[in-house]
This record gives sequence, structure tokens and C-alpha cells, in this order.
Amino acid sequence: MSTPIRVEGLSKRFGEFEAVKGVTFTAEAGSITALLGPSGSGKSTVLRVIAGLDAPTSGRIWMGDEEQTFKTVQERRVGFVFQHYSLFRHMNVAQNIAFGLSVRKVPKHDQRKRVDELLELVQLSGFRDRYPDQLSGGQRQRVALARALAPRPKVLLLDEPFGALDARVRQDLRRWLDDLHRELGVTSLLVTHDQDEALELANRVVVMHEGSIEQVGSPNEIYNDPATAFVAGFVGSASVLHGHVVEGHVQFGEHRVGGAGHLEEGTEARAFVRPHDVRVFAGDRTGGSLEATVERITTLGWLSRVMLRLPDGQVLTAELPNDELEGVELGARVWVDLRRARAFQARDAVTAAIVADG
Amino acid sequence: MSTELRTPRLSGSARRLLVHGGFTAIAILYVGVLVVAPLIGIAWAALRGGLSTWTATLSQPDVVHAYVLTGIITAITVVVSSVLGVVVALVVARDRFPGRSLMSAFVDLPLAVSPVIVGVMAVLLFGRGGWFEPWFSARGIQILFALPSMVLVTMFICIPFVIREVVPVLQELGVSEEEAASTLGASSWQTFLRVTLKNIRWGLLYGIALTTARAIGEIGAVLIVSGSITGKTETATLYILRAFDQNHRPGLDRPARGYRGVQAAGGEEAADMTCGGIR
Repeated sequence: MSTPIRVEGLSKRFGEFEAVKGVTFTAEAGSITALLGPSGSGKSTVLRVIAGLDAPTSGRIWMGDEEQTFKTVQERRVGFVFQHYSLFRHMNVAQNIAFGLSVRKVPKHDQRKRVDELLELVQLSGFRDRYPDQLSGGQRQRVALARALAPRPKVLLLDEPFGALDARVRQDLRRWLDDLHRELGVTSLLVTHDQDEALELANRVVVMHEGSIEQVGSPNEIYNDPATAFVAGFVGSASVLHGHVVEGHVQFGEHRVGGAGHLEEGTEARAFVRPHDVRVFAGDRTGGSLEATVERITTLGWLSRVMLRLPDGQVLTAELPNDELEGVELGARVWVDLRRARAFQARDAVTAAIVADG
Repeated sequence: MSTELRTPRLSGSARRLLVHGGFTAIAILYVGVLVVAPLIGIAWAALRGGLSTWTATLSQPDVVHAYVLTGIITAITVVVSSVLGVVVALVVARDRFPGRSLMSAFVDLPLAVSPVIVGVMAVLLFGRGGWFEPWFSARGIQILFALPSMVLVTMFICIPFVIREVVPVLQELGVSEEEAASTLGASSWQTFLRVTLKNIRWGLLYGIALTTARAIGEIGAVLIVSGSITGKTETATLYILRAFDQNHRPGLDRPARGYRGVQAAGGEEAADMTCGGIR
């Protein structure tokens, strides 16, 4: 049941607009691969081209050893889950799930057996006679998943499957999908703009931006070792500090942070600092700390988000556990340590900064 | 001031009730007077002379022929305009090609053209000297004053109904269910039958109902192309028009002369008369 998906040099134009620009990646057999990117990055187009719903302008698609590029959508045998469920509104749950079997002329008896199996799998056994408009969003998406899985597809393609659901249901379904995938082991490709979803569910993440791939890696690599300024800004939150490269550091005002060893001396650079990599102290403990003023404190439950103004006017965001807030109050002068930063050339970082702020 | 404030006035809820009741009364009156009353009136008039008068009228050969003819025209029109209507609706709702909006506008044209003009257009095309006349007469096929032209003008007039009912439904549906069906292995034909057709069925049925009603009731265009020859090309509606005319307006024969003349002369001569009369 595990077939890898290989996409080579895939491009897709819509008239003048180049939605996908030569994308190449592999979704490993039996794993979950996430295509992560902001809306308009071309990730859904890639998925639709793999499914055969859209034809590529150029490039090739493989599933296992079989090339799929010129096959019809029906021949590809993919399971596709749409963002807005796309259940057949005039069919009940059982008929929806059985659709892919009945169009392939599977005997009625086997259809029924498979439907029962899947209803149990998606925990909707009591709902077989309900119609889609009698189900909640989460239930509908589970039916859609069961329907996609019924004909035993070679791969499962999920297009923003939880995008239309509210936060709590999304959390539950994400965990449930994770369990389900462990059980089935079907190669899955998940399109999402939600970084938490990608980082939590996927074995590998493909970050896309403006039709191209920015980085491919494990969730850890993507988060801790972003390859481009865009990834640094898009995945996780980060403060962006403007400065110049001095001796492998980004220097701004009187201070500097590391992580710019790969950049040319003297050029403009941007340092990306994660909020949890910022330490805030009421007094100068290390002697080399940055001075800052507390501008705003917002509570995030057990964490607090502290907005700090640096002496040169730049803004830095820190997130601290509430019990480390002692002496950190509105208007107070504090000292800041930056544990880690990632530096990028200024010109690469412009778009990333826009994403990070937004 | 304070006394003025205390003057009794209708409370908000009472006023709402009054407005609501008023609208309901207007709606009932409007539909009742304009639709229900005439229906009751005609049913009463038909059965006034007893059931035997009614059955005797309905069993006259000319009447039976007229109803059968109306049935044939309606059946052909409904089948053709449903099938082609759905095809056109799919094209208008789904395809993007230059001239699409022009085509969408042309679909409504029959609604804007007077049926009499539709009849005249058919006569001009198929009558003596018309574009298509030589081809058909060379093969001995009678178009005018025969079933083909009657079906043709009825179909023309009924073009918009199915299309106008189905296009908005298709647009609202989008293609997502059809895409889902195709990923599940359904062929285009299976998708159409099991997904698209099921989803548009109410709109389609309503369009068919409108088409049927219009095909039965059409008079102007059919009158001109058929000549209304009793026992040959007289439909039920034309029969009723003639019967009504004879019974109720014996002195007033001017407006009726056109089709009576056609009826008397019949055939090819009638075509000249009709065309001449219109020109």
C-alpha cells in the first residue's frame, strides 16, 4: 500500500501567471509529507496536478515505478480529500463512502463490507444513513476521508483538509489523522498553510513560496535551521533585527548577535530571533547583555509575550514563562540575552520580514 | 409635553402584527383573485352542462386530433429542449470561451421576441422564396403547415426555460463534487449521471414544467406556421381559440379572418397569403 510520489521539474502556468515554477521533490513511501506555504504559493496546484485534476505545463510525475504524467485522473487511483469536503450532497454517508467502489463495479456485498470497515475506522458507525448536511464539519471531513480511502488508493492527497474547521476540532482531527496514518501507512501528501499542522503531522516538510521550493527537510530542520530568510520568517515567529555584518556577527547599534559567519563582511544583514531564544533579566548578569525597555506585555496562558524596545529603536519580541517575569514590567529597563539568531542577506530577507510581521 | 407622551399609541409588537397580517392578506388576495378564481371559473363553466357535455366535446374527432397534436408537439419539444438545454447550460455555466456571454444573451432572445415574429421568421425561412425552402421541397418534405414547423417554433420559444433554470444551479454547485467523483474513478458519463444530473434535478424539473406549460399554451407562432387547419394542424389551444371565436364573437370576424382564410385555402396558397398579409 506504500508508493512513493516523485515530482520532477513540475511547472504550471495559468495564462500569464506562473503558479508553479519547476518544482522537484519526493514524498517517501508510507510517510506524511507536508507542502507548506502561504496562500498563492502554488502548493494546492502541485497537489491538483499530481491528482490529475489539472495538467502540468511541463514536468513529470511518478508514483512508484509508474509514470503518471499522461494518465487520467481515474487511472491514477489517488485518494483526494478536499478542503470543503465536496461530499455528494444527495447521497447519505454510506453511499458517499461506497461511491468509489460502485463506479468500479465492486460487488454489492463487498461494498457493504468495506463501508462498514471504514465507518468503524472513522468512528461514524452510527451515521451511515445521515446526509452530509446533517453532519458537523469534523464528521463531514471524516466521511470525506473514508470515501477517499474506500477504493484503497495508492496515495492519499489532502488539500487543506482541516482549513474549514474551528481550532479545537482541527486539533482533534490532526491527532486522529496521525493515529490513522500510523495504522494504514499510506503515502500521504498534505497541503497546508498552517505551520503547526505541518510540523506536527509531517515526517518531511516542503516549504513553498511563489511557486518555488524554499526548503525540504524534517520539521526540526525547517524550524531550527531555516535555509532561507523566507523560511525563517514563515515557519515559527521571529523578530527581525536590521544591521551590518561585522566579524561573522550582525551588528546593530552597540550590539551584535552571532550566526552571520556565512555572510560577506560589511554587507547589510537581517538577524531572525525566535521569541523563545530571547532571555530577559531584571539586572545585567553577564555583562554583555543588551539593554531594552519593556513596551508591552500580553499573556498567552502560561507564557507571556514581552515586546522590547532596543536602544537603537528596533523592536524585539520575547516569550517567557510567567514565573520568570519578576522585575519585567511595563516601562521597566531590562537586560536581554539572545541565545540564538539566524542571519540572512538583507535583500533576501525583505519578503520574509513582511511574512514574519503579518 | 408629558400628556402628549402619554397618549396611547400602538405598541411595537402590535404594529408588527398589523404589517405582517396586512402583507399576508395582500398575498392571499393577489394569488386568489388572479390565479385561483379564474381556475375555478373555467372548471365551473366546463362542467356546467353536466359531465356528458364535457365528454361529448372531448370525444369529437377534431378535438381528439387537436389534443393528440398538442401532445406530440409538447413531447418532442420537452425531450429536445431538456437534452439540449442541459448541454447548453453546462457550456454556459462551465466553459470559458470567447463569445460565451454573447451566447448566454442569445439564449434569452426567444423571451424578448414576440411569438408572432417567431412565426414570421419561420415562414420567411421555409416559405416560398425562403432560404431553406428549395432544399426541403426538392425532397418533398413539407415544413410549413405541417408538424415540423410547429415543433420548430415551439422549440425556439421554449429554449430559455430549461437553460435559465439549470445554469444558476450549476454555477452554485461548482465543480468540486464532480472533481471528487473523478478522483474516485468515475468516468465523465458516470459523473454526469450520478452526480451532476442528481444535483440539478429540481431545477431541470422546473424548467421542464415551464417548457411543457409554454408548449401547450403557445398560440401566436404556431398559428402563423400551421395555418390552423382543422383536423390537420389545429392544436388544442388553436381549437379553443376557434371555438371561442365562433361562440362568443359571431359579428366580429376581422381579427379572425387571417387564420380562417388560411384554413380555407390551405397548403401553399396559404403561405403566400400569410406572408403577403404580414408584409
